[in-house]
Amino acid sequence: MNDSFDDLRDLYQEVILDHGRRPRHARKPESFDASAKGDNPMCGDRIEVWVKYAPDGTIADTGFQARGCAISVASADLMAETVVGRSKADARALFDAFREMARTGSCPHCDAALAEPMERLEPLAGVHEYPSRVKCATLAWHALVAAMEGNREASSE
Amino acid sequence: MNVTTRPAMLDVARIREDFPILAQKVRGKPLVFLDSAASAQKPRVVIEAMRQAMETQYANVHRGLHWMSERTTEAWEAARDAVAALINARDRHEVVFTRNVTESLNLMAYSYGRGVLKPGQAVVISGMEHHSNIVPWQLLRDERGIELRVAPITDAGELDMHGFEALLADGRVGLVSMTHMSNVLGTYTPAERIVRMAHAHGARVLFDGAQAVVHRRVDVQALDCDFYAFTGHKLYGPTGIGVLWGRRELLDAMPPFLGGGEMISSVSFERSTWAEVPHKFEAGTPPILEGIGLKAAIDYVQSIGYDAIAAHELSLIDHALTRLDAVEGVHVLGRAQDRGGVVSFTVDRAHAHDVATLLDRSGIAVRAGHHCAEPLVHRFGLDSTARASFAIYTTHEEIDYLADTLTRVREFFK
Repeated sequence: MNDSFDDLRDLYQEVILDHGRRPRHARKPESFDASAKGDNPMCGDRIEVWVKYAPDGTIADTGFQARGCAISVASADLMAETVVGRSKADARALFDAFREMARTGSCPHCDAALAEPMERLEPLAGVHEYPSRVKCATLAWHALVAAMEGNREASSE
Repeated sequence: MNVTTRPAMLDVARIREDFPILAQKVRGKPLVFLDSAASAQKPRVVIEAMRQAMETQYANVHRGLHWMSERTTEAWEAARDAVAALINARDRHEVVFTRNVTESLNLMAYSYGRGVLKPGQAVVISGMEHHSNIVPWQLLRDERGIELRVAPITDAGELDMHGFEALLADGRVGLVSMTHMSNVLGTYTPAERIVRMAHAHGARVLFDGAQAVVHRRVDVQALDCDFYAFTGHKLYGPTGIGVLWGRRELLDAMPPFLGGGEMISSVSFERSTWAEVPHKFEAGTPPILEGIGLKAAIDYVQSIGYDAIAAHELSLIDHALTRLDAVEGVHVLGRAQDRGGVVSFTVDRAHAHDVATLLDRSGIAVRAGHHCAEPLVHRFGLDSTARASFAIYTTHEEIDYLADTLTRVREFFK
């Protein structure tokens, strides 16, 4: 009975704990082109995501403010890292792949071009074993997609 | 013969044997179920009563002129008698069966709110209500121009009685609808004082007793309240059966809520007339098996006795506060003097959902989030808390295990 939650290390990998505790992108950019809020009404998690585009339309910067669990904050931070430099279509494709991984633990049909960012998001794959926590991992992405599509609000329900 | 003392403490080990589910393991660990405030586990007598009814004497009620229907009707109406005795109702016809407390409160907002209250009048709730005692009144306010007033609560998590009385002062309050025990803080509201104050200002009083009736004897005549709502599934009974008790003359004056079979006296295409209470409020085939299960649950609770139940839970809550306060970085929400078996807490550097997931790994079931009481949680500057809630089958050792595990949770998120 005196274990140290070792079997939870799949869910709470060091990367997650680190980004959950010290997110690098938890800030509002000085200027931005789009933003959206997301919330999980069932659990009370809230996030706001801001996006700034480069002249060529790719994502130049994203930031967020979140009140939520370690999973949701870490996921938002890793998202901000991996979408920079991508087109909207690429970011959207990455979201689809990430969501499949969060739900099932892997993404066998994923585009090989996404292999590198998916590897960086892989520490979040452990949530698939916790169905009630999958929405924690996807909330920031729903907000990002809403912002890119010109919507002000998103929900991961 | 010793008549001055009676055993106040429960034989918890024996009670635990009555609940088959407590033998289950979760993630390889013994189940430590500290989420009974959301829904309590069921004793074997409840499970058996429902099974037996289905196997031996099931039919619809109040309809068939045959043996099965007569037996089922008797069992269903016996549940009404059991509820009336549980809360000391003067008249069994004052007991209306609903699906749950939410439906009881909506019935009140619809029927009493739209049929008895007048535009310009006000309804008072408190700052520690469950959403089900907020939203129906907002719908009423927006539709009928009936003001909704919110009585403040103190930092200790108690009703601010001066603030409450101030809301009554102008005499426009028609109804006070308030929790009898907070599902987040565990606070008991001072029901007798609330009723005296409200009545002095011409207001009726409805209590949401979803939590209170589980932990303490409720006597609606002693409280002198006008309406009281509770639900079966938190009282060790099945889901799908709730209760609204109301004074006969008040229920008589209220229009029906839902229309259909069972609630009518006669129907023609020109007009229909209503059945007497409680049937006026019981449209359609009722939750028959659930009523039979609720009676079994009430009989079970009565056989243990509220004196023993209340003493056990008081001892549990004292123990929990002592143990949780001793865990560095764990903060209990609310410090009410009069409280029941519910404790909400936060853990420094760890979100309530992460806390709940780690506790779950250790076999401990708690609730995490805003507990359907968002305004209350925000009142304390929070978005979510973890909540442990206790029942007759909860042991002191389980609370020790919770506290020890929270120490390890702290280590994990350091």
